[in-house]
Amino acid sequence: MSDTATETPRLYRGRDDRLLAGVGSGLAEHLGIDPVVVRLALLALGVGGIGVALYLMLAFILPVRPEGQGDDATDAEEGERPRRKGRDLGQLLAYILLACGFGTLLIVFGGVFDPLLWLIVFGTLGAAVLWQQANPAQRDQWVTTTGFRSRKSWMRTGLGVLLVVTGVFGFLAFQQQLQEARTGLTFAITMLIGIGLIVAPWIVGLMRERDRERRERIRSQERAELAAHIHDSVLHTLTLIQRRADDPREVQRLARVQERALRSWLYQRPADAETTVTPALERAAAEVEEAHGVPIEVVCVGDCPIDDGLRAALQAAREAMVNASKYAGADSISVFGEVEPEEVLIFVRDRGAGFDLDAIPEDRMGVRGSIIGRMRRHGGSARIRTAPGEGTEVQLRMPRGPVAPGASDGT
Amino acid sequence: MGDENTFAGGATPRVVIVDDHRLFRSGVRGELGDAVEVVGEAGDVDSAVRVITEQVPDLVLLDVHLPGGGGVEVLRRVLTRHPEIRFLALSVSDAAEDVIGVVRGGARGYVTKTISGKELADAIVRVADGDAVFSPRLAGFVLDAFAATDAPPVDPELDRLTQREREVLRLIARGYAYKEVARELFISVKTVETHVSSVLRKLQLSNRHELSRWATARKLV
Repeated sequence: MSDTATETPRLYRGRDDRLLAGVGSGLAEHLGIDPVVVRLALLALGVGGIGVALYLMLAFILPVRPEGQGDDATDAEEGERPRRKGRDLGQLLAYILLACGFGTLLIVFGGVFDPLLWLIVFGTLGAAVLWQQANPAQRDQWVTTTGFRSRKSWMRTGLGVLLVVTGVFGFLAFQQQLQEARTGLTFAITMLIGIGLIVAPWIVGLMRERDRERRERIRSQERAELAAHIHDSVLHTLTLIQRRADDPREVQRLARVQERALRSWLYQRPADAETTVTPALERAAAEVEEAHGVPIEVVCVGDCPIDDGLRAALQAAREAMVNASKYAGADSISVFGEVEPEEVLIFVRDRGAGFDLDAIPEDRMGVRGSIIGRMRRHGGSARIRTAPGEGTEVQLRMPRGPVAPGASDGT
Repeated sequence: MGDENTFAGGATPRVVIVDDHRLFRSGVRGELGDAVEVVGEAGDVDSAVRVITEQVPDLVLLDVHLPGGGGVEVLRRVLTRHPEIRFLALSVSDAAEDVIGVVRGGARGYVTKTISGKELADAIVRVADGDAVFSPRLAGFVLDAFAATDAPPVDPELDRLTQREREVLRLIARGYAYKEVARELFISVKTVETHVSSVLRKLQLSNRHELSRWATARKLV
């Protein structure tokens, strides 16, 4: 398992190459050294007692390397179960024998094997488990789920408490101080329980309070964002309107622009203006309206993606809107777009001055070039209905799908 | 409240204005002037129901968004007892959900608040006369909603628009007034009104679930 790591691998417990819980192989990979070295080191420490505590602690804390084949990473405690085919029993046996050898040597030669040490180890281990429970991620969970922890984390907490208690009592008993300490302990425990009973509701209340505060904070953030938006757009426009109060056209323009901005902010349109007909038409209308100050009402039925022909039709429609805004003198312009299975129809209509179509000289580009000519070139057609005093309606018709060149029936 | 043709004659329709903005109510009152007789105002659902049942007006100008359940709630509570009262919905919202919802709730027309005073007065008289008023946008919605499916209709009578109805709606969506529609299609204004009323009936009575699904899917415009 001594792969040359290009970047330091995260510290996990090994999955396939483990002997016990995979701590050794995980550490080895993380440190970039041979697992045998790590295992021997752990073994040496283990015989002294500290290594066992360290090992167990790491086994608890480290997550199993995620492999994404459905194994949940929660089987931390069950790591020892011999169900992994990757575990080499012979190797494990060798290590165990080695440990026994070390142990015997120690018992025979050294007095280091002090039961006291083991009790301290228990205490430390329990404390470690409890502290680990309180890491930020867990704490978050603790707060947000109003205190219902998973069974596993209860098990861990219980185990931690048990270990600490064993350690403390064992230590006291071993020191022959338990007898004297008993009365004091009883008192202390009773006091603790009493305090717990008093404090528990308060803690629960505190947690609820905190929960509420968090929600409140999120809400007030949203409100602040809304306020900022309103301030930047609406209030700004209102100020402008007050200043330009003597220019009704400008006031109307400002109000319309703001209205549109607010609407699109409130009901954020999902469609992209560049890809389908309806939003593109609405956007063209909005831009023309902004530039020329005549309100344009757009109604669309159906929608479809824009191709070359439709892009030309949209440009022609835009040109028609500009003409209507500039020359018709109408109060408003109606734009209607309809997407049918075979074709797209766009109507731009005003109730303004109208004009005599025949009176327009041949060389006037506006109508003939950018509307009729453009539509014809892309296989569509354009019809203009107008008469002086009758208003104007530009009718654009563009077949959908592959462009059929030359097909035109413009009048 | 008199016979159907009173308003076309000369008497002014009696109107209750329901809107939660007092400023808007007085604005509408001022704009309408002598065209209608405003007999009551209300700013929320409960007071609206009270005023309407007290006054029994010819027409109610109803805001879609109201505290206490919205315009739809007013329609529900009033129409069971007074089916003869006509409602014209008025809103700043162009959301399909609102428009279709209030029309299916029983309103005989829908106009946006940007409508001019004269147009509003026309719409009121028209609705008070028993006709329907479709704004271009509502016409667009209806076309869209009834075209939104390939599924066979459950009730062909109600679930489909006739060719003529579609033509009328299309012209309204293009911004044509009823008179202009009539001229364009070489029919009488009365016939246009009949077509629109028939579309309104279909819109209100059709159980086609696509309709409501369409409206919710297309929350915004």
